Amino acid sequence: MKQYRTHCLVCTGTGCVSNHAFDIKTALESEIIKQGLKDEVTVIATGCNGFCERGPVMVVQPENIFYQELKEKDIPFLVEEHFLKGRPVEKMMYVPPKEEAVIPKMSDIEFFKHQLLVVLRNRGRIDPEKIDEYIGYDGYRALGKALTEMKPEQIIEEVKTAGLRGRGGAGFPTGIKWGFCEQAEEDTKYLICNADEGDPGAFMDRSILEADPHAVLEGMVIGAKAIGAQEGFIYVRDEYPLALRRINIAIEQATEYGLLGENILGSGFNFKLNVVRGGGAFVCGEETALIASIEGEVGRPKPRPPYPAQKGLWGKPTNNNNVETWANVPQIILRGGGWFASLGTKESKGTKVFSLVGKVNNTGLVEVPMGTTLRTIVFDIGGGVLKGKKFKAVQSGGPSGGCVPESLIDLPVDFEKLTEAGAIMGSGGLIVMDEDTCMVDVAKYFVEFLEEESCGKCNPCREGLKRLKEVLTLITQGKGEAKHLEMLDDIALLMKEASLCALGATAPNPVLTTLKYFREEYEEHIFQRRCRAKVCKDLIMYRIIAEKCTGCQRCVKACPTEAITGPRSQPHNLEESKCIKCGACYEVCKFDAIAGDAIYIE
Amino acid sequence: MIPITINDKQTKVPEDLSVLEAVREQGIYIPTLCYHEALEPAGSCRLCIVEVEERGRVRTAASCVTPLTPNMIIRTDTEKILKIRRILLELLMARCPGLKVLEQMAAQMGVKKVRFAQEDDDCFLCGQCVRACSEIVGVSAIGFSDRGVNNKIGAPFLKASNVCISCGTCTTICPAGTFHLERVDNLVSLHRYSNEYHQEKCRVCGDHFVV
Repeated sequence: MKQYRTHCLVCTGTGCVSNHAFDIKTALESEIIKQGLKDEVTVIATGCNGFCERGPVMVVQPENIFYQELKEKDIPFLVEEHFLKGRPVEKMMYVPPKEEAVIPKMSDIEFFKHQLLVVLRNRGRIDPEKIDEYIGYDGYRALGKALTEMKPEQIIEEVKTAGLRGRGGAGFPTGIKWGFCEQAEEDTKYLICNADEGDPGAFMDRSILEADPHAVLEGMVIGAKAIGAQEGFIYVRDEYPLALRRINIAIEQATEYGLLGENILGSGFNFKLNVVRGGGAFVCGEETALIASIEGEVGRPKPRPPYPAQKGLWGKPTNNNNVETWANVPQIILRGGGWFASLGTKESKGTKVFSLVGKVNNTGLVEVPMGTTLRTIVFDIGGGVLKGKKFKAVQSGGPSGGCVPESLIDLPVDFEKLTEAGAIMGSGGLIVMDEDTCMVDVAKYFVEFLEEESCGKCNPCREGLKRLKEVLTLITQGKGEAKHLEMLDDIALLMKEASLCALGATAPNPVLTTLKYFREEYEEHIFQRRCRAKVCKDLIMYRIIAEKCTGCQRCVKACPTEAITGPRSQPHNLEESKCIKCGACYEVCKFDAIAGDAIYIE
Repeated sequence: MIPITINDKQTKVPEDLSVLEAVREQGIYIPTLCYHEALEPAGSCRLCIVEVEERGRVRTAASCVTPLTPNMIIRTDTEKILKIRRILLELLMARCPGLKVLEQMAAQMGVKKVRFAQEDDDCFLCGQCVRACSEIVGVSAIGFSDRGVNNKIGAPFLKASNVCISCGTCTTICPAGTFHLERVDNLVSLHRYSNEYHQEKCRVCGDHFVV
């Protein structure tokens, strides 16, 4: 094997790719050749590094130097300075917000410091399209152990000892779930990997598949052995082309190496894995709908029981786990259930991957032990709220989750604690919201999303979401009435208790948690016709502050409806009847001469 | 036979019944819209919800799709259950104002007013027609199309279907009276998905049949 003195690990996760990471990679490669370094420096395309905010990013090993926001034109300089002259380039290094000194090493950056990588252990260090690199980091060792040294019951027992719980949202103990399926008396059994991640702002499963597809495969083969399944399906959204590409390459390579297919590792065990491309319906993340979709039927949930462990895919016992759950399995088998159980909290073991997004400085993918506080995630890892604004809430668990307010910022994040707060772990999306976020508008946004995605089979979900949207729209338009609060509560009760599947049952959560923690905002909208965050257009008014206006005409040019007029160098005039409250003038004004006022009706 | 408790009364029932069937056997009223004895239960209207207690765990369940378990405790008339049913019915009445079947239920369950904006639909998507067409007639001429709030029932692409045999089962089973056949001379049209058939009158019995 060829040795290189320097490895450039270019992140090619989706975030960096959309910022032209592949162009950076090509530029690096050609520049390295140009400067005669091709025998000394190599470029590796890795999966998501996690620090998406600063993409495209690259880590140079063995020095562990983190380069960020790379631009193609800077590459020749970087190669010459760093790789030829040995002088790492400061201007492409990370500077924390509000500070001036650069932090050259990845391990010293706050964003990475507080993380503990189990599932994402290979992120940013291996090429996900090369099985040898996965094997190089203990890959498929757990499979060897499970197939040659362990009985199915022992594998299940190990997962039970680990206390691993489903990472798809509900948090059902994985070992117990496997046990149900193992005990089902049928010859044909199936495994499913649910990669139909659909929450707005969530990209954990996508990144795992893109960064370390073999970990998921290995977990599934171990699971198949434990349960006695001969065939498995990975259900990936078609919107994830890179994940699809990498999982297909991984399957091909694993089959070629005898780690999938017939007689795996000479143990006599057979397991076939298929990739199914999902059409993008959010409800297909619900396991019975997902099963229907694989069968070629319309993706609509079915009542349980019978549970998939008894009657699943094509009526056969089926075990379905989420991507992240599967990716945890090899580590548990290799390092022992006891090791895994030593991480996390009493009820929630191990780590959890979160996608940290919204109004936060360090957007990205983070993995922390269960029980880490929201404060650590948002303020230490996330670097706090964007532009120094005031933190308001964090939305956890996607559209079925809830908004956790500032008063609960020290909440240790695990399955129980989030549920107590009215939110859910969900698949791990964390959306940070600042003072400019209207909580009624947030609730409406999620309700609208779910209304689009509801399958329409059961009345509570279909009719309930439609009416939640109707009522919330009235409130945000300034047409709210006192009775609306009670109507929201009523619909939420109906949906929570009577919906057919978890989509409907959890759909009112955004409304319920905002009502619980931000009731005063609802009341302001209804009784004072006021939106304090100045988001609801019908409740705000723009005006020009004459004393501050210099008459620069920037706003005159920006206004799409010609509502602002006035000669140069004189305070402008805003005609209210023409104003569509788009906020363009507010954005462009350099002199803070435009006020977006919340309207008060006392 | 297994022992269960329904509304504090102990009884024994055959174990292969659903909770709904067991409760109805005791002469207790549970409203349903999507349930039909001749069809597989769909569990979609959710009006038949009851409170079920198993091994100390209490949950709300749609009785038509919940199998019985020994010593199950079922409560059909708790304040919470009745309230949820009333809210559900109110939503359906807002969707389909003036439907007789809903108004009768409303009178029985005490739903007095509808607080939501009224629509003008005449179908609450119970899907009995769809299941009857598939399970009883065996042709699956109609199904659900579109998703969520846009869900509707009809033949594929909501166009006239050549699979339909004009048997009229959907019109008979529809609890809302939404599906109906119109006969003008020898032309039968099936309301809602514009299917038309020519019929002849049988010279022997006088009934019409499709040609």
